[in-house]
Amino acid sequence: MADRDHRPALILRHPPRDRALHWLLVIVFLFTATSGFALFHPSLFWLTNLTGGGPWSAILHPFIGLVMAVVFVWFAAPTWRVAQLTPNDIAWLKGIRYVVSGQEERLPEVGQYNAGQKLLYFTLMTCVLLLALTGILFWRRYFAGYFPIGVVRLGALAHAFLAFVVLISVVVHMSAAAWEAGSIRSMIRGTVTPGWAYKHRRAWFREMIRPGAGR
Amino acid sequence: MALQSLDIIRRSATKTPSPAARGPVPAEVAKLIDTSKCIGCKACQVACMEWNDLRDQVGTCDGTYNNPTDLTAQSWTVMRFAEYENPQGDLEWLIRKDGCMHCADPGCLKACPAPGAIVQYANGIVDFHEEHCIGCGYCIAGCPFNIPRISRRDHKAYKCTLCSDRVAVGLEPACVKACPTGAITFGTKERMKVDAEERIADLKSRGFEQAGLYDPIGVGGTHVMYVLHHADQPGLYSGLALNPHISRTVRLWKGVVKPLALGALALAALVGFFNYIVAGPKEVGPEDEEAARKEQEKAHG
Ligand code: SF4
Repeated sequence: MADRDHRPALILRHPPRDRALHWLLVIVFLFTATSGFALFHPSLFWLTNLTGGGPWSAILHPFIGLVMAVVFVWFAAPTWRVAQLTPNDIAWLKGIRYVVSGQEERLPEVGQYNAGQKLLYFTLMTCVLLLALTGILFWRRYFAGYFPIGVVRLGALAHAFLAFVVLISVVVHMSAAAWEAGSIRSMIRGTVTPGWAYKHRRAWFREMIRPGAGR
Repeated sequence: MALQSLDIIRRSATKTPSPAARGPVPAEVAKLIDTSKCIGCKACQVACMEWNDLRDQVGTCDGTYNNPTDLTAQSWTVMRFAEYENPQGDLEWLIRKDGCMHCADPGCLKACPAPGAIVQYANGIVDFHEEHCIGCGYCIAGCPFNIPRISRRDHKAYKCTLCSDRVAVGLEPACVKACPTGAITFGTKERMKVDAEERIADLKSRGFEQAGLYDPIGVGGTHVMYVLHHADQPGLYSGLALNPHISRTVRLWKGVVKPLALGALALAALVGFFNYIVAGPKEVGPEDEEAARKEQEKAHG
C-alpha cells in the first residue's frame, strides 16, 4: 500500500456505463462486421464459418445490425452536446500535422474529446443510422418486397459503401487508440493518470482538477 | 445434384476457374417460345408443376386469365395475357410464357454472394443449387427479368431450371413436351435460331412486318428465346424488356469497387499497425505527471 502514496490519484475518463456500452457495441460490431464482410466479397465468404454458416449469417446479420444501431445510439446520444465542433477544434484539425509530429504545444488545448474523436462520432452516427435504413431496403425476408427493385438495388449499393466508411473509421479509431498510449486502458478500467489527461486532453484536465469538479 | 454431363462453366461467388479438363464444349441449348403459336392453354404450367413436384397455393382470380398472377417459389413459369389493340383497331391477344431466360450473362449469378448457389452449365442453362442458397435475395436484385423468388417456407431462391435434370439425360424440358401446338421447342441454340428464322419469314409474309426473334444482346443473348410478332415492341407482351441488361447499380455494387475498397481497408490497417511498430505510441512521461501534479497542487491551493 506504500506505493499508493506516491501514485497520483487517477482521473475517471470513462464511467462504467460508457465502458459497458462501448464493449457491448464492440461485440455486436464484431458479429455484424464479420457476417457483413462475408457477403461483401466472395473472397471473404469463408467468414460465415465464424458466424454460423451462410444461412445463419444471412438470417442474423440484419437483426444484430439493428441491435448495433440501437446500442450505438444509446451509447452515443448523451455525448451529442460535447461532440459539437468548436472553433478550437477547427484550428486543431488544421494543425493536425503537429499532432502527428508531437508538437501539440502549437495547438489549442483539447477538451474532453479531440476533434478527431468528434469527427468519428458524427461519421459513425450518420453511417450507423443509414446502414440500418438501407439494410431494411434489401432485407428480403421481411421488407425488400415492399420496395421497387431500383430502390432495393440502390439500398444494397449504399449499404456496402456505408459499411466501408464505418470499417475505415474503425481502423482509424483503433490505430489512434493504440497510438495514444493509455487510451485503451481507460476504456477498459475507466481511468487515466493526471499526466495522461495533462498531455492529451489539457483543457479537460484543468476542468477536472478545479476544486469541486470531478465525478 | 451437379450433373457431370452438364459441366459447370461458371459458379456464383467463385473467382477461381471452374474445372476445365473436359474437351469439346457441348452445344448450347435453347428453348424457343413462339408467341404466335401459343393458345394460352397452360399445359406448360401444369407440366412444370408436375415434373418439378410443385404445388402452388390456390390463389384468387383477378378477372384475367393470369393465374397464378405472378411467378412464385412454386410457380416457375406463368402465362401472361395481354390485350393489345393494334393500329388497325383489331384486338390482338398476346400471350407470353414467362420464366427464367437463362441469360448468357446472368445477373442473378453475378449478384449471388454464396459460392456455388447459382451455376451456369456449358450448355447455357443457369441453375440454382438451393443447398448452397443462404436466402439473401441478392439474385432478385441482380436479375433484369424479375424472375427469382424466395420461398416463404424455406427461404431459398427458386426459378425455372430449364429442366436441367431432364436435359442432362437427353430429354426435352417438361413444358416443351407438354405443349400441344408446338409453340415451345427445344434444341441447340443454333438450330432454334434457324427454326425461328423460318417462322419469322412466315409471319412477315402474313403481314407481321416487325416479327422477329427475342435474344437480347444486353445479357449476352438468352437460352430461352421468343418469336414475337412485334419484336420492335416487346413491352406489349406484359412488359418484356426492350433492352434488358444487368443494372448499372448492380454492376457498381458487384464490380471492381469492392476489391478496391477491401484493398484500401487492408492498407489502412497495415499503415496503422506498422506506424505503431515503427514510430511507437505517444507515451506519457514522468515530466507530464510532474507538470500535472504541479497544476493540481496549484488548483487545490
Ligand atoms: S432471367 Fe434472371 S434468373 Fe434467369 S438467368 Fe437471367 S438473371 Fe438469372
